[in-house]
Amino acid sequence: MGLGAEANLGDSIVTTKLDQAINWARSYSMWPMAFGTACCGIEFMSVAAAKYDISRFGAEVVRFSPRQADLLIVAGTISYKQAPVLKKIWDQMCEPKWVISMGACASSGGFYDNYTTLQGIDEVIPVDEYVAGCPPRPEAVLDAIMRIQEKSFDESIIKERATNFKGILDA
Amino acid sequence: MLKADMLIDASEIKSTISRLKNEEDYTLLLDVTAIDFSEYPDITPSRFAVIYILRTSNFKKHLTIKTYVDDNTLEVDSITDLFFAADWAEREVFDQYGVRFKGHPNLKRVLNHHQFVGHPLRKDYEITKGQICTETEDLMDEMIPLLKSKGYKETDLEDLMMLNVGPSHPASHGTIRNFVAMEGETITACVTEIGYLHRGFEKSCENHSYSQIIPYTDRLNYCSAMLNNIGYCKAVEDMLDVDITPRAKMIRIVIGELSRLTDHIVCNAANMVDLGGLTNFWYIFAPRDKAYDLFSKLTGARLTNSYTRVGGLEFDLYDGFEEDLEDVLKDVEKAIEDSLSLVEHNRIFHDRTQDVGVIKADFALDAGITGVNLRAAGVPFDLRKDAPYYGYENFDFDVVVGSHGDVYDRIMCRFEEMRQSMKIIRQAMKEMPDGEINVQHPAIFLPSKNDVYGNIEGLMNQFKLTFEGIKVPKGEFYSATEGGNGELGFHITSDGSGTPYKVKCRPPCYYSLGAYARIVEGNMLADAVVTMASMNFIAGEFDR
Repeated sequence: MGLGAEANLGDSIVTTKLDQAINWARSYSMWPMAFGTACCGIEFMSVAAAKYDISRFGAEVVRFSPRQADLLIVAGTISYKQAPVLKKIWDQMCEPKWVISMGACASSGGFYDNYTTLQGIDEVIPVDEYVAGCPPRPEAVLDAIMRIQEKSFDESIIKERATNFKGILDA
Repeated sequence: MLKADMLIDASEIKSTISRLKNEEDYTLLLDVTAIDFSEYPDITPSRFAVIYILRTSNFKKHLTIKTYVDDNTLEVDSITDLFFAADWAEREVFDQYGVRFKGHPNLKRVLNHHQFVGHPLRKDYEITKGQICTETEDLMDEMIPLLKSKGYKETDLEDLMMLNVGPSHPASHGTIRNFVAMEGETITACVTEIGYLHRGFEKSCENHSYSQIIPYTDRLNYCSAMLNNIGYCKAVEDMLDVDITPRAKMIRIVIGELSRLTDHIVCNAANMVDLGGLTNFWYIFAPRDKAYDLFSKLTGARLTNSYTRVGGLEFDLYDGFEEDLEDVLKDVEKAIEDSLSLVEHNRIFHDRTQDVGVIKADFALDAGITGVNLRAAGVPFDLRKDAPYYGYENFDFDVVVGSHGDVYDRIMCRFEEMRQSMKIIRQAMKEMPDGEINVQHPAIFLPSKNDVYGNIEGLMNQFKLTFEGIKVPKGEFYSATEGGNGELGFHITSDGSGTPYKVKCRPPCYYSLGAYARIVEGNMLADAVVTMASMNFIAGEFDR
């Protein structure tokens, strides 16, 4: 039994805020774009496969088109050569969008402290969640997805999302 | 014998290698690399030496040829007209060392990006000096000459559709970029660009001790990390002239074959996904996760195991390993059966894979393709049979060969090789000897803690090994094992210290990928995708 307006609508109607309804729906239907470049990409396959089953979190529709995705999972080492490609993909994604940096290489360059490896993708694009490990266990990736779900509850259609992020490839 | 088999003058490269190829039967070019001797303790005739590694047509013997490059010109003759494989091999040497090859049709960088200045593997290039790349190449500089060589004129170029496939494309498995010119659905010309996962493996090796490199080898072919561990440790052990214990050999065989199993599982599963058979992926991947659980119980890691040590292994088998292993094998057998029941007599599958992406045997050898891709073309080259190590000659298993060299053959060869691997594992577990897993050698293994805290020799030994690493005798050495993708070789140069002077990995799929463009030209784009998946290109391996 509701109060106020709800009392007149019966039990089949729930009133809520538009933002909350959208966020609730969105957080359980993340569309990840798996940017798998290396070993972590293989471990991301395990996350998607039967045992760990990413679809329990509503995020199994792995798209390879940035236009259809709202969660970018960077799984693997990003070299300086790959960086412009990553940047372009990030730019092509529609707002609201999030980034998980999976594994040591994506987060900090890992133990590839050398001339060819980008020392963390946050030099190029903003990162929401870092996952430690080389490669991280699938549970850790699922944990990061859950944290992104929590973050997505802060969204609002009237919120200005443009960040003032400036990476090394931003002119 | 830690030196090159032949030392020749730079002017004789072409004549010598052509003589070896035509008269002495060295018909397979394995690898070309260079060494920068500028910080080497011995005096050398010049700064750079180029190394060529060849193998005979019966695959039993390999040969390393070394030549010093003139310091003033930094030029040697290209051998691209003798071996197709030399094309990419020489490009890599040019990219990393700046040695130019006279007569090479397309001498440009292959691993580092086009805005890169300098040559990173030279000793005077600082390891941490990264260089930012702001945009990718358009590759037209390679495409236009290629089209012209196929008889197209400037005016025809308007009619072709230029299409970029990758590097971020679901079918390119991460980091391969193909730039294709198409007439309708047919690919007329294809240019492959790699290097998007070049992580500086060789430069990192020069800055770490021999034991510290083991984790780096895990991440070469990350689908079968332990096979790389074994290949690398075997090379170092051979240089040290250390014979590991029988139990260690047997355990290495078991985990090596298990890794081969997981490698083939990933390849076939991904291949079926690209064909649209997603069900296969779910079926075959489940036992693979079980194998991972076994690995993490044994080594502490699921994927990047770092299990071997120079002179032995990190851990002995745990109690109950045998039951767990049998469990995994049973699951894999079931999964193979399930998967085959879906595709073996499936008309759609046959139409999509048979006669698609055919690799002819002679071309495969010319291009330096080894492993399953070569065996599927009907050439029975398997180092476990042709140059056996660790007692592989005592096992009863077959070399699986195909008849046609198409995608179908490659998939089926992998399935059958999984069965052969399981056969080997079961035999090895039956014959598992007891005893130590590590050689007792104070210069290789840390002493027991009692000695470290109890007497000065033990303490010194611990200190020296920890700080200086394992001292490997001075010289150059090439050793090869059968990796997941073919001949996985390590060419190690030592200056006598605990850090390698240079490590060159001979990545099997680098050469497969070098030939890929020629294989798919004339096929449809959809078939090119399937061909790519069936050849098992692992970015960590070909880009290193």
